Amino acid sequence: MWRDALLVAGKDLRVEARSRVTTNQVVPYALLVLLLFGFAFDQDRPVLAAVGPGLFWVAVLLCCLLAVQRSFSLESSDGARDGLRLSGLDGGGVFLGKAAAIAVQLVVLEAVLAFGVVVLFGTHLADPLLLVSTCVLATAGLAAAGTVYGVMSAGLRVRETLLPLLLLPVVAPVLLGATQAWLAAAGVVAGSGWRWLSLLAAFAAIYLTLGVLAFGTLLEDV
Amino acid sequence: MEPVIRFRSAVALVGPFPVLAGVDLDVYPSEIVLLEGANGAGKTSILRACAGLLRVVAGEARVLGRDLVADPRSVRRRVGLLGHSTALYDDLTVADNLDFAVRASGGERSGVAPAMARLGLTGRLPASRVASLSAGQRRRVALAVLVARDPELWLLDEPHAGLDADNRDLLDALVTDAVGRGRTVLLASHERHRAHALAGRIVTVAGGATDPSVPDRRVRDAGGPLGFGPRSDAPGPEPGVSHVA
Amino acid sequence: MTLTVPALSKHPRRSLLDRASFVLGVASAVGVVALLFLGLVVSPPAILYGETVRLIYVHPAVATITFVAFGVCALASLAYLWPRTRSPRWDHLAGASAEVGVLFCAATLVSGSIWGRYTWGVWWTWDALLTLTLMLFVVFVGYLALRRTGGDPVARAKRCAVTALLAFLLVPIDHYSTSWWNTLHQGNTVLRVGKSPLIEGWQLATMLLSFLVFAVLFAWILLRRFEVESMEARLEDEGYVWAIAERRAEGR
Repeated sequence: MWRDALLVAGKDLRVEARSRVTTNQVVPYALLVLLLFGFAFDQDRPVLAAVGPGLFWVAVLLCCLLAVQRSFSLESSDGARDGLRLSGLDGGGVFLGKAAAIAVQLVVLEAVLAFGVVVLFGTHLADPLLLVSTCVLATAGLAAAGTVYGVMSAGLRVRETLLPLLLLPVVAPVLLGATQAWLAAAGVVAGSGWRWLSLLAAFAAIYLTLGVLAFGTLLEDV
Repeated sequence: MEPVIRFRSAVALVGPFPVLAGVDLDVYPSEIVLLEGANGAGKTSILRACAGLLRVVAGEARVLGRDLVADPRSVRRRVGLLGHSTALYDDLTVADNLDFAVRASGGERSGVAPAMARLGLTGRLPASRVASLSAGQRRRVALAVLVARDPELWLLDEPHAGLDADNRDLLDALVTDAVGRGRTVLLASHERHRAHALAGRIVTVAGGATDPSVPDRRVRDAGGPLGFGPRSDAPGPEPGVSHVA
Repeated sequence: MTLTVPALSKHPRRSLLDRASFVLGVASAVGVVALLFLGLVVSPPAILYGETVRLIYVHPAVATITFVAFGVCALASLAYLWPRTRSPRWDHLAGASAEVGVLFCAATLVSGSIWGRYTWGVWWTWDALLTLTLMLFVVFVGYLALRRTGGDPVARAKRCAVTALLAFLLVPIDHYSTSWWNTLHQGNTVLRVGKSPLIEGWQLATMLLSFLVFAVLFAWILLRRFEVESMEARLEDEGYVWAIAERRAEGR
C-alpha cells in the first residue's frame, strides 16, 4: 500500500510540476480571493486584521475544492481512471497517494496565503508552533475529505456542482477549529488554541481511516 | 486443456441496460480470436469484461483460471487492454507515462526501454509530452505499455485504428510474436482484411451475445498460431436470467 | 436459444406492508386532528410567552424526530455496507429516512426561527444546537443530491451509504466544534431559560401527545416512501429481464 501511495503521489506531483496548474492558476486565485475580501470589508484594517485567520481558512477551503477537482479531472481524461483500475493498484494506496499530493499543494498555498494575510490585512501572527501544527492537521483532514468526495463525484455528470455541496458542509468543523486555533494564536480571542487541535486530529483520523478502507470500492464503481 | 477465457451465458449491465446478454465464449492458450459484429453488438463489452472492468452479474466468466463473477479485480495485473482511449496522462512525457503505467501494474522498469525502441518511440519522442503527440503516436505509446508489461492475455479493441500501414504491420508482428511466446490474444477489429489474416478463429457477436447460428470460422488451419479446436460443440446452459447478483 | 421471461413477481410482504401503512395513516390523521384541537383550542396561552407557546406542541417533537430519522439513515447505511446484512432494502430505508429527516429538519428550523423571533427578537442566533442542526440539514441535502445522481444502482447505493456513515461519524465533531465555538463567543441565556418553561396540565399533556403524533406521522411517511423506493428498484430489476430479451433480439 505504501509503495502504491508513493507511486501515485509521485505521479500526481509530476503532473503538477509539468502542467503548473496550481502555481499558475490556483495561487493567483487564492490571492485574488484575499483581494476580494479586502474590497468586501471596505479596507477596514482593524476588522481585516481581526478576521484575517477566518478569511485565510475560507480561502484555503476554496482552493482545496479546486485542487480536488484538478486531481480527479486528470484521472477522468482519456480513460485514465480505467487505467488506474486496470493497474491493480491497492485502493488504500491510491487514496493516500492522491491525498498526499493534494496536501503538498495545499501547504504551498497556505504559505502564500499566510504571507498575504499578514501583508494585506496586517494580521498579527504569533505562536508559530500552534500555527504550524494547526496547518498540518487541518491540511491532512481537508486533503483526506477532499479525496473521498472527489472520487465519489468524479464519475458523475454533475461533479462540478455536486462536489462543493458534498465537501463544504462536511469540512465546516475544520474551518471552525482551524480558525479558532489561529485566532487564539493571534491573540484575538482569549484561551488556549490547543484543544481545537484534538478536534482537527479526530477529523483527519476519521477521514484517513475511512478513505483507506472505502476508496477501493468507490474507485471501482463509476 | 483449460481455456484462458471461458464465458457461459455471461450477462453484464451498464445501469439497467444489458450490454452483454448471454455470451458463450472459449479461448484457448496461444490462440488469436477475432470478435466480429456490427457497432454496438457488444465486442468492446466482452473485452472489458475479460479485463475485469465490467462486472459479469450472471452466468459464468473465468479468465486465466480466476472467477470474474466473484472477483473481477483478480485478473487485472495479468491482462492488458488496448482500448479506444489510451489511458495516458496528457501532461506527462512518453517516458514518464510508460514508467508509471508499467510500475503501477507491478511490472519491471527494465522492459520500458526495449518497448519504446520496438515501437519506434525514439529521438525527441520519449521526452515529449503526450498532449503534443498525434493520435497515431498516442496509440503507439499505449501499445508500448502493453509490450513492456507483456501480460498473459492481450485484449485489443480496434488496434489498427489510427495507425499507418507500417505501424499496422508492426502491430501484426507484435501480436504474432506474443502468441509465439505463449500469450493469448482476443481482438475486435473492423479492418477485415488484416484481422482475418491475423486471427486463427472468428467469433460472431450480435445483440450482446455470441451468435450460435453462425459457427465459428477457422481462418487458418496450418502454420501461424495454434488453434485448439473450435468452440466446444456441446451447447452451454441456457442463459441464467432468473436472478441478478 | 430460448429465453424464459418470468411474469413480474408479487411482492412477498405486500399485504402486510399495506395493512401497516393503512393503520399508521389512519392513526396519524386522527392524531393530527386531536393535536390541532388540544393545541389550538383546549390548552391555554402561557403567561410569559403568550400564544407563541403553542409552538412547543410542534418544535420539540419535530426536532427529536429529525435526529431519529438521521440516526435511522446512518444505521441502515451501516447495515448496507456490512457484507453479511447487505440488501438493497437497507439502501431504500436509508434514502427514505433521510428524505423524511430533511423535511422534519426544515420544519424544525422554521418553527425554531419563528419561536426565536417572538421570544428573543431575532430569527437566528449562532447557538451550538441551532448551528449543529443547520449543519446536519446542509449535509443531508447534499446526501439527497448524491442519491439522485443515477447510474448503476449498486454503485450509487455504496456511495450514498459511505456518505451517510461519514455524516453520522462527524456528528460528535460537529457537536464539540459548535459548542466550544459558541461558549467562546457568547452564552445564550435566553435559550437556557426558554428551554424549560413551566408547563403543566393541558399544556404538558398536549406536548407529550405531540411527540406520539409526530412519531406515528414519521413512521407512516417513512413506510410509504420506503415502499415507493422498493417499487422503483423492483421495476428496474425486473425490467432488466425484458431488456435482455430485447437486447438479444437486436442480433436477429
